[in-house]
Amino acid sequence: MAKNATVWEVFIQSKNGLAHKHAGNVHAADKIMALENARELYTRRNEGSCIWVVKSSEIVSSETEDSEAFFDPSNDKMYRHPTFYTMPEGSKHI
Amino acid sequence: MKEEHFQKQIDTEQKIEPKDWMPEQYRKHLIRQISQHAHSEVIGMQPEGNWITRAPSLRAKMILLAKVQDEAGHGLYLYSACETLGISREKLVQQLHDEKAKYSSIFNYPTLTWADMGAIGWLVDGAAIINQVSLQRTSYGPYSRAMIKICKEESFHQRQGYEIMAEMAKGTPEQKTMAQDALNRFWWPSIMMFGPQDSESPRTGNAMKWKIKRQTNDELRQSFIDKTVGQAEIIGLKIPDPDLKWNEERKHYDFGEMDWEEFWNVVNGNGPCNKQRLAHHKKAHDEGEWVRNAAQEYAKKQESATN
Repeated sequence: MAKNATVWEVFIQSKNGLAHKHAGNVHAADKIMALENARELYTRRNEGSCIWVVKSSEIVSSETEDSEAFFDPSNDKMYRHPTFYTMPEGSKHI
Repeated sequence: MKEEHFQKQIDTEQKIEPKDWMPEQYRKHLIRQISQHAHSEVIGMQPEGNWITRAPSLRAKMILLAKVQDEAGHGLYLYSACETLGISREKLVQQLHDEKAKYSSIFNYPTLTWADMGAIGWLVDGAAIINQVSLQRTSYGPYSRAMIKICKEESFHQRQGYEIMAEMAKGTPEQKTMAQDALNRFWWPSIMMFGPQDSESPRTGNAMKWKIKRQTNDELRQSFIDKTVGQAEIIGLKIPDPDLKWNEERKHYDFGEMDWEEFWNVVNGNGPCNKQRLAHHKKAHDEGEWVRNAAQEYAKKQESATN
């Protein structure tokens, strides 16, 4: 049996001007095949104007179990949000 | 403690993601269910592929090709979802070949006439959609996302099937007979696609508690029957069940007894096409091996050339 094919994560830009969004993954031996497989699998109905593929093994992810501690620094900074501030009554366009 | 947290996630409708802790039984149940679903999509290409070269028009041929390609795509979405549970695609395919993993029994019936393409799209895809719409809300994130994608593509499948049936039902007497015959043969296997009755379905308890399944087999089956009866009437075909009757009190159709002996017989490998379907899959897989090997070699070469 052939060794397991490489898994590639697929990101699709649905139209010019928008961000690429994760769509799923494909198996492929090399990058050209990965792009072509991604096109066949994820854009059969005009879903894309550009595709990125990246080897899954190259993706670094934070750990779910650590997420509380990992994201802690942003929890206590309410002053980063506009709703934190008191605006004088009657003020507009701010 | 972990289990409690897990159940709380489920109860509050938070999706479980691949890196989250999950009970071993939950993982096992998902691998079994998702791989069975993936294999069904892939094996399901065979009965329809049977008619690509004999489609009655260029339009019909192009549509059927697109549909079969979609089925391959759906299989791949599902294999991907299944792989996030820590099992390789190679192993999944191996389990299919070793008959350790099953696929939907419906694909073990032969497709004898062009009307069968209609019956499969209308009834088999129709039943699959009912199940898949419900599974969009399944608790496992990757499975749910695969279902959402599949449902978006699936409704064309059901419509193309119903269109074929409608065309044939208003065609020549021979064509109408063919359409009715396809409905006669596919009706019971289609409603048995939802699986055993709830009273006979041992895994339903956990599957519902863990929200892998959101509705029981019987609920889904009833919903399919209620939707389909009217569609058959409109095109002038008769559903082959003498006990089928609207029940005003239940606000649902009552229907006849299903032949479970036949169902289990087909599930256990003795349907008309079980051997043929599996043999064909193995053959295609084996014959593709040199292609996979060549692709790997080529990739290696490319890599060493750029380094």
